[in-house]
Amino acid sequence: MATAAAQQTAGAPAGDAPGTAAGADDRLRAFDATLAADERIEPRDWMPDAYRASLVRQIAQHAHSEIIGMQPEANWITRAPSLRRKAILLAKVQDEAGHGLYLYSAAETLGTSREELLDKLHSGRQKYSSIFNYPTLTWADVGAIGWLVDGAAITNQVPLCRCSYGPYARAMVRICKEESFHQRQGYELLLTLSRGTPEQHAMAQDAVDRWWWPSLMMFGPADDASQHSAQSMEWKIKRHSNDELRQRFVDICVPQAESLGLTLPDPDLKWNEERGHHDFGTIDWTEFWDVLKGNGPCNEQRITQRRRAHDEGAWVREAAAAHAAKRAGGTGHGGRTGAEQA
Amino acid sequence: MTPTAPTTATATAALALGDDALVLSHRLGEWVGHAPALEEEVALANIALDLLGQARVLLSLVGDEDELAYLREERAFTNLQLVEQPGGDFAHTIVRQLYFSTYQHLLYARLAETDGPFAPLAGKAVKEVAYHRDHAEQWTLRLGDGTDVSHERMRRALTALWRFTGEMFQPVAGLDVDWPGLESAWLESVTAVLDRATLTLPEGPRTGAWAAGAGRQGLHTEPFGRMLAEMQHLHRSHPGASW
Repeated sequence: MATAAAQQTAGAPAGDAPGTAAGADDRLRAFDATLAADERIEPRDWMPDAYRASLVRQIAQHAHSEIIGMQPEANWITRAPSLRRKAILLAKVQDEAGHGLYLYSAAETLGTSREELLDKLHSGRQKYSSIFNYPTLTWADVGAIGWLVDGAAITNQVPLCRCSYGPYARAMVRICKEESFHQRQGYELLLTLSRGTPEQHAMAQDAVDRWWWPSLMMFGPADDASQHSAQSMEWKIKRHSNDELRQRFVDICVPQAESLGLTLPDPDLKWNEERGHHDFGTIDWTEFWDVLKGNGPCNEQRITQRRRAHDEGAWVREAAAAHAAKRAGGTGHGGRTGAEQA
Repeated sequence: MTPTAPTTATATAALALGDDALVLSHRLGEWVGHAPALEEEVALANIALDLLGQARVLLSLVGDEDELAYLREERAFTNLQLVEQPGGDFAHTIVRQLYFSTYQHLLYARLAETDGPFAPLAGKAVKEVAYHRDHAEQWTLRLGDGTDVSHERMRRALTALWRFTGEMFQPVAGLDVDWPGLESAWLESVTAVLDRATLTLPEGPRTGAWAAGAGRQGLHTEPFGRMLAEMQHLHRSHPGASW
């Protein structure tokens, strides 16, 4: 912990009893100083319990989103219309599993475990991004997910590369690089469809029509309804408000939609000279909260598939653990039943 | 529009090897989102991607890769019946992978040493396939020498897929390979892995009247037509479109 704030705590007596009022004050001061200096909190540093809990919640939700997010796209792997597209999609979904792995590792530095987090996902105690509760109904949806969903994710996640918690910030640097690659691929897929046959163009437009509003919802509730926002910004986990990021995303997408030759499904969308931003219509917050509560089109299907994969894979994980235990125990070959008794 | 049958021995061989890779890649792609652990989501997708890459190179030696993949009927595919077998449980997938990647690794290593048309591809692919083979062998050890349940599942999968293994050693026109030598090397390798995994080689026949060489002649098992229907549907629904 080579931070200015950390050096302050390093000067404190090593035997300073945890829990004493003076020790606690010092630690909090050091934590605050690290944040004020825009430096990183690392796993061994002291941090407030609420900061830790908030990070676990956010990183876990992010990890869960990566692995649930594999489903809507994997839905098209076996039907991809060309071998090149199939290869791109396979590589992308593989990247997402990798992102899930980075993020679970980042969460584990906070004292939890992947097993525990997956258990919370499967039992509905932790959430994943509401966007993945929408279905992929045509091939063009794969492009719309790349362009809009990954685009929204990048807008959200680039500031996280400067997040105050080191392991999370570093994971985001790697993830954002791959995500922006996926986003360009999605855009290129839609462009090919948009310039293709009339049926392909219509397919692309229909996908954008269905994914536009759910993508705007990815930035979370409006600022005045966001329960974690203020605290997260104070802790420098979050750097910008939901509405600020949403506006940035809309401003980026409008010219991109034009060059795609596709329209965005919002009659109120127009440039506001005075604000220097695009005005846009009102999000259907009833739908947003409904999906968040588990009543979206695919909530049930997504979590059921995830649980099934986990449950049906239990014997495989148990076998791997039993085999590893045998190896560690040096029972050697033929110790198949021996280790089970151990 | 419909691709024509290959006319040279080299094209026949490229199509056979390309179809093997294409079809197995597709079957592995079916696992994505369903694997027993996140690491296996990565590994299975990774292997599928390697195989798809090989398939694209091989099919391109014959003609247009997409026309060949998406516009041929079942009877024109010349892949082994082994690779078209549905994933089943994880043990079936691992056994299919063990049988095939051992074969593919031994075959590509031999092709890489020749001065034939497949040497460059085989020289590159053999590195990927070595990894696939290692993955399959490690899982065979874990599952075979894991729990009673995993051992039993492996035993069943080994037996169920055994009858499709004889076909791998039917000579393919255009491939200059010592097939009996390949077969004995394969048997030796698989036997050694199974032995370490506390499993035994199945006893049933591996060259039944229907299975032996049938896939190479375009005679497939029932699940294959359904697989192709899914794979080809979108492409066939938009004739002439680019993607």
